[in-house]
Amino acid sequence: MSPLRPRADYEDFLYHEAALLDAWQLEQWLGLFAEGARYEVPTAGNNEQANSDHDLFYIADDWFRLKHRVARLMKKSGHSEYPRSNGLRLISNVRVLGQDDNGDTRVTSAFITYRSINDQTQNYFGHHHYRLIEVDGALRIRYKRSCLAMSSLRAQGRISIIV
Amino acid sequence: MTVSLSKLDLPHRFVDDDRGNGLFRVHRQAFVDPTILEKEKELIFNRCWLYLGHSSELKQPNDFLTRNVGGRELIFNRNRTGDYQVLHNVCPHRGAQVVREASGNAMAFQCFYHGWAFNNNGRFATRMQPGNYPENFGKKGCQDLVAVAKLANYRDFWFVNFDAGAISLDDYLADAKAFIDVVADHGSQGMEIIDQSQKYSIKANWKLLVENSVDGYHAHTTHSTYIEYLADAIGGSPVLPTGDGVVYAYDLQNGHAVIQGPAPWGRPVAQWIPAWGEQGKKDIDVIYNELKQRVGAARAEQIALRNRNMNIFPNLVINDIMAITVRTFFPVSPSEMDVEAWALGAKDEGAIFRKRRLDNFLEFLGPGGFATPDDVEALESVQKGYSNYQAAPWNDISKGMLKDAPAGDDEEQMRCFWREWSRRIEGETMGGAQ
Repeated sequence: MSPLRPRADYEDFLYHEAALLDAWQLEQWLGLFAEGARYEVPTAGNNEQANSDHDLFYIADDWFRLKHRVARLMKKSGHSEYPRSNGLRLISNVRVLGQDDNGDTRVTSAFITYRSINDQTQNYFGHHHYRLIEVDGALRIRYKRSCLAMSSLRAQGRISIIV
Repeated sequence: MTVSLSKLDLPHRFVDDDRGNGLFRVHRQAFVDPTILEKEKELIFNRCWLYLGHSSELKQPNDFLTRNVGGRELIFNRNRTGDYQVLHNVCPHRGAQVVREASGNAMAFQCFYHGWAFNNNGRFATRMQPGNYPENFGKKGCQDLVAVAKLANYRDFWFVNFDAGAISLDDYLADAKAFIDVVADHGSQGMEIIDQSQKYSIKANWKLLVENSVDGYHAHTTHSTYIEYLADAIGGSPVLPTGDGVVYAYDLQNGHAVIQGPAPWGRPVAQWIPAWGEQGKKDIDVIYNELKQRVGAARAEQIALRNRNMNIFPNLVINDIMAITVRTFFPVSPSEMDVEAWALGAKDEGAIFRKRRLDNFLEFLGPGGFATPDDVEALESVQKGYSNYQAAPWNDISKGMLKDAPAGDDEEQMRCFWREWSRRIEGETMGGAQ
């Protein structure tokens, strides 16, 4: 188990992640995950209590599906994001909650993500929940859950980007 | 475009059903004109049976949920003895919504505005200070919550009708009942809605989702990325069965229709894929054998190995594909709809297969799936295209019209919808068709 790092390390990591997503550098974004990682988005208004084993989510990717999500989003035939939307991800309220017994460092942040396409803009907001580990001296995501602090996707319609 | 229909001197009907020549066209004004939407509300949504919810969503007596159905705010609940009922969610006093939670368990409801209270049968149950109201106030039913005109269920699918003179649900569902039976028979203990729903919206006319939900023609182009994913997920190149002699379309009467055919993916009830491993194969055999014993071999094969995409007129979709989705939608305007979608599963399903079902669902379906967002993109693109309707007025829905047995990638299932739509909106006579 590696010791906790200075909080600036975690903040830099999250800002870097947001920058990669803003720039549609999704393969590099996938590189921030540890092999076998998972990525989940429960339905709007649900939080870390929701369980993708028995609740319907929007996204509950294992490593296999996450790799395919990235591959799909990079294709011209991924119609929902082609032409690509513009986006901006704001990260704030970063909290380093400490380490689990298995060595995962728990970090949460608040986010606002803007998606703009065809002269229309949607926003998504909520909290990211991370379980981070160190691989070869670098921070890597073992698990990420994005909880939407919204009551539905009526205003956004879809969640075709990585928020 | 706010002229009323009666003032429009239309040179055409909206649905051109030319059976002699095998041509079927729909006028694009039907997707953009607010007058048409008003007609649809009056002649379709106020007259047809509309899906409300599933029995499994109210597990205990006194359970309730609130839901917007056909533009109305409703309370769907069970009383103390467990009876299912549906009430308009509006206070008889001054009109506030009496229940504002999404769901819960309550013996009584109290309006937060002035405190009027009702038992969960909707009966007025407020103790008033004497002298303010006549003595028999609240005793004649005028201060009760108003029940919806008609409520009925078929195989745990509950429907409402706002027209007291409507035909029975049984007659309305017609041949669709046989296919609802197929979905309802997956589990030996019945079916249940899995917790949490997906509420989203599409900036397109509601009828476009009707068409898209049973459209076997668009899969290879719109969903090529999903098919590429599926190839890797199941190992090998998936044959997406859509065409002649493989997938058939069935007219279920009254505007309902279904396409049915073999499945290229794993189905929790009950088609094995190699990705589920040897134990998964044994488990599927157990599920399949139970099915055969319960419903017979032919029926078991239909349930286990066939997909179904079904429209129940006007706005219920039950797609029994890699998972089962129950989906309903309602127009907010001619160019926008609100959608709510659920996952349905067998009540007695084990944890591993429930997870597989949810994985199957999310791989394809919903606002974060690998396919639905591309459907939404297509529908929104279509809606934008309709801004040209005056110069380019017609949709073509003729595919397979001259075939004896139209296939899943033909468009007969959509013509079933449009013929009923035309009958209700334009009247019985089909222009030049018969």
